[in-house]
Parts: sequence; C-alpha cells; structure tokens
Amino acid sequence: MKVGVVVFPGSNCDRDALHAAQLAGADAELLWHETPDLRGSDAVILPGGFAHGDYLRAGAIARFSPIMAAVREHIARGGLVLGICNGFQVLTEAKLLPGVLRRNATLRFEHRWVRLSVTNRDTPFTWRVPEDALLRMPIAHGEGNYWLPDADLDALEAAGRVVFRYAGPEGNPNGSARDIAGVIDATGRVCGLMPHPERASEALLGSDDGMWLMRSLVESMARVGVAA
Amino acid sequence: MTAYRFSVSIMPRDGILDPAGKAVEAALPQLHADNVHEVRVGRRVELTVEADSVEGARATVDALAADFLANPLIERWSIEEVAR
Repeated sequence: MKVGVVVFPGSNCDRDALHAAQLAGADAELLWHETPDLRGSDAVILPGGFAHGDYLRAGAIARFSPIMAAVREHIARGGLVLGICNGFQVLTEAKLLPGVLRRNATLRFEHRWVRLSVTNRDTPFTWRVPEDALLRMPIAHGEGNYWLPDADLDALEAAGRVVFRYAGPEGNPNGSARDIAGVIDATGRVCGLMPHPERASEALLGSDDGMWLMRSLVESMARVGVAA
Repeated sequence: MTAYRFSVSIMPRDGILDPAGKAVEAALPQLHADNVHEVRVGRRVELTVEADSVEGARATVDALAADFLANPLIERWSIEEVAR
C-alpha cells in the first residue's frame, strides 16, 4: 500500500507526512506537484505549508497545480485523500471539501498544542481512534477559522461530516464555527483538518496521537484494496 | 483584439470577520484618529485582457473574479475598467 505525499512549492510538512505514513506501515513517496500522475499511490496526503506562497488566498493557486487533475481522478475512482493544514485549505479552494478557512479570529498565527474530539469514527481516517479519545496534536496556522453559512453547517453536522472538533481545556484556537477542526466530503473519502497528525507521530515529539489517523488511513487502504 | 485594463477590488463581505481591518483599527488611537471607525481591509488586482470587445473582456474578468480572484463565500468584488 502506497501513500503519495504531494510537494507543492512552499510545502513544508511533506517529509513529516512521509515519515508518519512510513511509521504507519505504508510505502510512501513524495510527488512533486508538476507530476501528472500519482505513481501508483493508493492514498494521497496534501501536506501543510504555504503552497505557492499562499498568494491570493491560502491554497488558491495550488488548486491549479498539474497534479490536482490526477488527485481529482483518484477521488473519482474512490481513492482516499487527506489534507493537513494547508492541504485542507487547498481542498476547500479546489471545492473538494465544503467551507472556507478564514483568518484566525485571534488576529495571530496560532502555533500550539490543542485537543481534538473525534466526532465521526466511522471514516477511513478515524476508525482506529479509541472511543472517547481526545487527541493531542499541534496546530500552526494563520487561516484556520472554518466557516460556512449556518444552514450548511447544520447539514454538514446532520450528515456526520464534521469529523474533528477542538475540545478540552485548550479550547478553540482560531474562532472556527462550532469548534470545527476537520470535515469530510460526501463520499467519505476526502478529509481535511487543520491540526497536524504528522507532527504528533512519536512520543518524543510530545504526542503520538496523530498516528491513530495515519494508521486508520494506511490500514483502510489494505482493508478495502483501494483502486489503483 | 484590443487590450483592456481592469481593476478588481475584493472586500470581505459585510458581517464576515476581518482580522486585518480590526488590527489596523486597533492602531488608530495612537495616530489620534479616534474618529475613524469600521476599517475593512481588502485587496485590489489589476489585469489586462485581450479581447474583441470591452464586453467580452469584462465577461472574462467577471468569470475570473468569481472563480479565482475572490472567494464568493466570504468576499464581494467590484470590477472597473481603468486606463492603461
């Protein structure tokens, strides 16, 4: 099972994501954003960073990188995609996930540890997470303030598509509507979150809670035998 | 084909939090500008379009603004032809 980690110009968490995918037992490869195909990847990670300098809006230009056509085909075939931080922003700008990540309400770049409740454990990205777990992971972003009109948020919640919420004493770091930290698409195959599971991949880093997500992803590929 | 130049002014929609505007406003008292309020920060994009008519050129800019230059969920925009 192979995980492809896309490298946009300005990505800076690509190697961390590669490492975490390997720790979870996957073959993993970095994929330069001009690569026209996914080189046989069974799942794709869009990592954190500042793709294309985040000019215009975070993620707005990365949507046009050549590899994104292959990512769309991968999704159409039922492939899994995880967007982390900037990768989440790219997925919303590409309209592969709903909503928008506005500037943090705190007026600051927020970089600190947060806790996440997993509000949907029936996804390929969360099925290994222990019940009632609060996952400790770092955030590092200036635009993580998730927003959608209220009616759309109601629909998203009703469909179980809010997967992660900020919880615990650290609270909501950026003003996100309804404490939302991550969502999933209607097919349940494309997921994005602002916190960094790949930076919480070993106890030495302060937490290995992110590995619940990485193991869920890697083991779901094996479980369902994702289309090549 | 004629070259037409446009400016696209993009602003946060009313009611959408604008942290940049708030940060600018927070600095105003130090400039003794306490009478200045409701600061909103947007951005302006200028571009030249080659087209057969100004209407055709404007249609191109309209489409670009809605799909790329602005995020319609949180931003509004206005388009103006400017001198080259």
